[in-house]
Amino acid sequence: METALLILVGTVLANNFVLARFLGLCPFLGVSTKLDSALGMSLATCFVLTLSSVCSYLIYQYVLLPLDIAYLSTLSFILVIAALVQLTELALRHFNPLLHRSLGIFLPLITSNCAVLGVALLNVREQHNLFESALFGFGAAIGFGLVLLAFAALRERLETADIPSALQGAPIALITAGLMAMGFMGFSGLANL
Amino acid sequence: MLTASLYLLILAASAAAVLVMAARHWRARDEQLVDQINALLPQTQCAQCTYPGCRPYAEAIAKGEADINQCPPGGEAGIRQLAALLDVAAKPLNTSHGEHKPLLLAVIDEQRCIGCTLCIQACPVDAIVGAAKHMHTVIADECTGCELCLPPCPVDCIDLVPALPDGQTAPPDYLKLTAEARQLQRELAA
Repeated sequence: METALLILVGTVLANNFVLARFLGLCPFLGVSTKLDSALGMSLATCFVLTLSSVCSYLIYQYVLLPLDIAYLSTLSFILVIAALVQLTELALRHFNPLLHRSLGIFLPLITSNCAVLGVALLNVREQHNLFESALFGFGAAIGFGLVLLAFAALRERLETADIPSALQGAPIALITAGLMAMGFMGFSGLANL
Repeated sequence: MLTASLYLLILAASAAAVLVMAARHWRARDEQLVDQINALLPQTQCAQCTYPGCRPYAEAIAKGEADINQCPPGGEAGIRQLAALLDVAAKPLNTSHGEHKPLLLAVIDEQRCIGCTLCIQACPVDAIVGAAKHMHTVIADECTGCELCLPPCPVDCIDLVPALPDGQTAPPDYLKLTAEARQLQRELAA
């Protein structure tokens, strides 16, 4: 129970994947201009991340280790993640076409979201069990969603703010992201894994 | 070496198989059906069926949430076509959604128009042109006669007149044809 809490707090706040480990920065900057699409992106990522950490754990534990080919883990994880993202896209198009249309190009981007691969590889390195792996992936996705939504809300406000013309658009977004990362540093030491 | 290659081959093949099966299972049936149903609807976008437009209504029919007799502009002819497509029994039009009327055309009395732009916002097919405090007018070729511009008008300056000369009735797929023609024009212009 304590480990579970530690993993959740660690992935969501202390070692946040985006702001402390600097993984998954592409969707963090790409899909954060509108709160709606940020929410959809976080939900899709949450689903894919949890599922992919479970799948990659199963593949590592029951296929790669017995066959003594653990060196293929990165390659297998990428394959599994790509297939899962594709599956999520198909399911989303089937069950919620509207959300699918608004996410558009960003959904396949989850494939290249390095946070997803990072979670799978860190699970192996930290020797998590099945439950811990799933929780680690879920926590990472919650942390990702949290900062993505906060960042999107900030950027929506920045749209109407009076910003010097040299800083408008991407520059102010990057400065904001940097300030957020500094803010999240306040959590470091809260949960050491 | 052999184990590793074999393993990768099996992993890739099984991932591909799952994806192909999911794609067949989820997509092939629904999207085609929605398109087919949508093609039979009159494209007035009048929302009398209680859905925001023809395509949402088509999606609701495909999901089994809506009945096929909720489209007054399509009339009995439209219901018969839908029944044939979906292989169900045709039924009379549900008149709680409205009566089937001959094709209408909105005409703005330009003397009375105060240029409030409310009808422009209400028009589902962008058939009204005009600007604030300037007279509005209807593009006759685009108008589907859906009557949605009537309620918002504060000075009642919009009338609906029969779109075709007296005694002439529109062929059942008239509006569908005009909608297709509009789509074609847009594609050519793009």
